[in-house]
Amino acid sequence: MKYIDEFRDPVLAKTLASAIEAEASPDRIYRFMEFCGGHTHAIARYGVEDLLPERIKMIHGPGCPVCVLPVSRVDTAVALATQNDVILCTYADLMRVPGSKYDSLLKARARGADIRMVYSVTDALNIARSNPDRQVVFFAIGFETTTPPTAVALKIAAAEGLANFSVHCNHVLTPAAMRAILGGHENGKAAEVVLDGFVGPAHVSAVIGTAPYHEFTRDYAKPVVIAGFEPLDVMQSVLQLVRQVNEGRAEVENEYTRAVTPKGNQKAIALMDKVFEIRDSFQWRGLGAVPDSALQIRPHLAAFDAEKRFALELPVPRENKACACGEILRGEKSPTDCKIFGDPCTPENPLGACMVSSEGACAAHWTYGRFREAQKAEALA
Amino acid sequence: MSRKPALQGSRPLDLKKGHVDLSHGAGGRAMAQLIETLFFEHFSNDILNREHDAALFSLPAGRVVMSTDTFVVTPLFFPGGNIGSLSVHGTVNDLAMAGGVPKYLTAGFILEEGFPLADLVMIVSAMAEAAREAGVAIVSGDTKVVERGKGDGVFINTAGVGVVPDGVTIDGSKACPGDVILVNGTLGDHGVAVMSKRENLSFTTEILSDSQSLNGLVADMLDAVPGIHVLRDPTRGGLAATLNEIAQQSGVGIELDEAAIPISPAVKSACELLGLDPLYVANEGKLIAICPADQAKNLLAAMQAHPKGQQAAIIGQVLEDSRCFVRMKTGLGGTRMVDWMAGEQLPRIC
Repeated sequence: MKYIDEFRDPVLAKTLASAIEAEASPDRIYRFMEFCGGHTHAIARYGVEDLLPERIKMIHGPGCPVCVLPVSRVDTAVALATQNDVILCTYADLMRVPGSKYDSLLKARARGADIRMVYSVTDALNIARSNPDRQVVFFAIGFETTTPPTAVALKIAAAEGLANFSVHCNHVLTPAAMRAILGGHENGKAAEVVLDGFVGPAHVSAVIGTAPYHEFTRDYAKPVVIAGFEPLDVMQSVLQLVRQVNEGRAEVENEYTRAVTPKGNQKAIALMDKVFEIRDSFQWRGLGAVPDSALQIRPHLAAFDAEKRFALELPVPRENKACACGEILRGEKSPTDCKIFGDPCTPENPLGACMVSSEGACAAHWTYGRFREAQKAEALA
Repeated sequence: MSRKPALQGSRPLDLKKGHVDLSHGAGGRAMAQLIETLFFEHFSNDILNREHDAALFSLPAGRVVMSTDTFVVTPLFFPGGNIGSLSVHGTVNDLAMAGGVPKYLTAGFILEEGFPLADLVMIVSAMAEAAREAGVAIVSGDTKVVERGKGDGVFINTAGVGVVPDGVTIDGSKACPGDVILVNGTLGDHGVAVMSKRENLSFTTEILSDSQSLNGLVADMLDAVPGIHVLRDPTRGGLAATLNEIAQQSGVGIELDEAAIPISPAVKSACELLGLDPLYVANEGKLIAICPADQAKNLLAAMQAHPKGQQAAIIGQVLEDSRCFVRMKTGLGGTRMVDWMAGEQLPRIC
């Protein structure tokens, strides 16, 4: 595959690995958080960890939209889907996310709810057009990457007067979540692990640009290197982070120049601003209530806002108490530190957010990396 | 074929524009007519033509192997095949993976009221062609019709019997540390071909399903290396599921070499685009073979000499591992697990 294989090249990977090994100081630990689930997945799937020295710790961040959706919002989706005339459209990832009492959209569908897995919000619009007698709700999730398409759909629905279409908006904002991690918003508790820098989002940054990350270099003195989702992108960004730390710099650097510009996609940003406004607060799985961290539909489009149309009430979310997702998402614990990791929490039976999607920290480690513990145990024995 | 007395006077079936109706499954003249003009016409053989409710035959010496499989693929017609050819290949391959020489099949049809007879003709003729190619006879069958909305066009069940020659002992529990793992060609073609025709996901590709019978290839492989330990076709769940099953059954670990696994560039690209892992995508004409290391070269040569194994490759080895992990050296130079699939990648691909 042209333009993809180049970013998975084993010879270049070795060269980068040698450079990181040579430049990373043997006297310290480097703790870098890759914010995005896409990076977490790439690290696990390509075995990037094996190419990094042990003193470089990759901490898996909360950038997995499915993972951070609170139980109450999954319950709302199930409740919506179970209404008689509703067709609920959503991305397939969301189907298995557990709500309360082990319920999920997949189970609701088995009970008879009309839930359609779509690849794009355009499919949801088409379903609305061809089912004028049914209420078609698009359950929108995602960071700034999936937000512009939802904005386009709302604009089209308004222009067409597509009265049976609405959006349940759960779009969240990346910089707010990064701030929460650094400031430790949950219960006012500051994160216990000090991060040395961020591997910055790939696709999100293609939309919002590099500018929003300057607050982290300025206010928190944390280097940010925006990186693509291929394994060599990740390794290159780690090398750049090591160099910044070694030189005492905290700057925003852009490794993903083939897609990300300083100003981002201005058209998408303008459109999002027209369609959405900032919510006062949004409940994140793992991070708790985070101020100014999510979007809601602006009042002039209220007719297409499922939260208004269906007068939905959001119960206070309750998370599984044994689950360490919060600490894992903040980088304070690794998946194997969690008491329920692997038993009973697995991708088939996810109890916590991080085990839900393949981009979640726990699911990635369980699926791709759990042989490492066995190897370490053997080495010790 | 001259018309039977019972059918004289009835209008000929309109196989071009007609549709399945409830009478075709009701046991009366209409059903007899469908069976005669369609199924007997295409499947004709001495055992079937005796028209007993059950097929009567003798088998050559050896242990008997038997299998059944039901096919619900959607769409019914996909690039490189249809539900008819698939239903023969699936059962023939199940028999062949036990080292069996497939002999006879039965075919059960569940037809939905309103299904176009022209489509049924295409499906039945593809079944007949696939059976001829595999050297098996369809010797007994059954037809049921369900009301409109209660089926999805056609569902087909096939069952088959075959004979395992003496000396062949292939078993999923026989993989030993040190053994070598081979595959007969590119992975993921069937799943991606089917997916490319899904209503909500149509994309243009020249990928054809790999649906094919493998008994001829297996016969050549066993001639070359009678001591093959394991054969399995990586259908649903793909290579990943198959190797995890074998690792569990044999109580061993497996290590794959990603760079050695044959996957066509088109399948790689489609999977990249859709976020799928080709190791989990279904195949219908591929097999995994596990044999002792010192016989791997012979086996590979025998596979590559057969038209259905030209792209055969050695893709990994069996290790000692009480946890039965399937691992892979990644193309990048790291290691990862190839785990059981959680949930499903794609529903109804076979």
